[in-house]
Amino acid sequence: MFDILEGLKAAFWLVVTFDAALWDISLRSLKVTLTALVIASLIAMPLGTYLAVQRFRYRRFIIAFINALMGLPPVVVGLIVYILLSRSGPFGVLDLLFTPTAMIIAQVVIITPLIASIAHQSMRELWAEYHDLLISLNTTKTQRIRTLIWDGRRNLLTAALAGFGRAIGEVGAIMIVGGNIDNVTRVLTTAIALETGKGDFALALGLGFVLIGLAIIVNLAIHMLSRTEQGGRW
Amino acid sequence: MVGDLFPLTLDQVSVRRRGKRVIGPVDLCVNAGGPLIVLGPNGSGKTTLLRVMHGIERINAGTITWAQDSPDQHAFVFQSPIIMRRSVADNLAYPLQLLRKPKAEIAKATTHWLARIGLSDFAHAPASRLSGGERQKLALARALIREPRVLFLDEPCANLDGHATRDIEALLLETAAGGTRLIMATHDMGQARRLAANIVFMLNGTIHETGEAEALFTKAKTPELRAFLRGDIVT
Repeated sequence: MFDILEGLKAAFWLVVTFDAALWDISLRSLKVTLTALVIASLIAMPLGTYLAVQRFRYRRFIIAFINALMGLPPVVVGLIVYILLSRSGPFGVLDLLFTPTAMIIAQVVIITPLIASIAHQSMRELWAEYHDLLISLNTTKTQRIRTLIWDGRRNLLTAALAGFGRAIGEVGAIMIVGGNIDNVTRVLTTAIALETGKGDFALALGLGFVLIGLAIIVNLAIHMLSRTEQGGRW
Repeated sequence: MVGDLFPLTLDQVSVRRRGKRVIGPVDLCVNAGGPLIVLGPNGSGKTTLLRVMHGIERINAGTITWAQDSPDQHAFVFQSPIIMRRSVADNLAYPLQLLRKPKAEIAKATTHWLARIGLSDFAHAPASRLSGGERQKLALARALIREPRVLFLDEPCANLDGHATRDIEALLLETAAGGTRLIMATHDMGQARRLAANIVFMLNGTIHETGEAEALFTKAKTPELRAFLRGDIVT
């Protein structure tokens, strides 16, 4: 209990004193996570919608495979991305290991199946609702996918927020591929792991509360910007 | 011209689902003319027949031939209106957006149809807020905004009150007078009498009797149709 109070106090002081290191780490966390989220959403949302609309031979297998990938252990993803980006790996020449880009790649791999799976579930329901109308209007496949994405945007936002939640709290993979280098690849979660290892629980908890606050602020901001509550009537 | 699209010929058409026959074999020739009403009790295959003619139901046997094949010239109004998760105006605009019509033209058509169905005040409201009758009017207007030459309607007034039914029938008669061919399924005898020029009577997935409405209503040939017209239960 004492540690938690100390943590709250530490978080409060870190925020009110505009601690430079905290801002740096927090902004990097946001930058990495939001970039990964945008890339993953651009892949996963059309993919989830396409799987809802299109019937083809291995569709069920692909859906099951994507669902299974939702449970990918981040540490294993980190290890695989590490091997691929290491000097002896196929993409070693790009020199991306221990950079924020490597962390973004790992996060994209982790959250894309999650967003695709949730997007597919909601798009499948919307497609069942719209099927007859869109077929009777003689729409093309592209028009159907675009219509579903637009009209199901609020459901897709939920999928994206789930991806954001997973990515912002991720530590295992980005620790491996980022290396937790100060001023380069250190983010909130890796900093928390570091401070915990050093025994500075108050600071670790303080960073943890900042992380939670950040996640809540981003969620609320996205909800307000997309008017989820006001427009959620349809 | 509507006449260019007809005759529509169905030759030995059958639809099966999970091994069970839904309709067929159906032979039918539909020529240009006034509203064609597909009559029959629930489960007789009226909806499936309309879907087959519109081309949104896969057939298992037979052929369907339009004199001129142009799916963009058909529209369909479903029994339960499919309302998109958009505003009322955006629901109306959608079919024209698909055709990439200019924005000014879309706005003009949308404004006209909103006024025509009495929903101008709800233009920017979510369409899901509308009542059942208003939803069906919106679905009908959305079908008509593309100025189709053939309009299929699957029991558009089922579950609607008298006022909404009257509004929709008035719109349908106006549409028919404008040259659009109406092909409508219903089991409402009163509605059939008010609207029909021709009748197709379906029973157990097959066409039991066809002909001009006036002749069929006064001198039905089969005992099943006579019983149906009397209001008896026909199976």
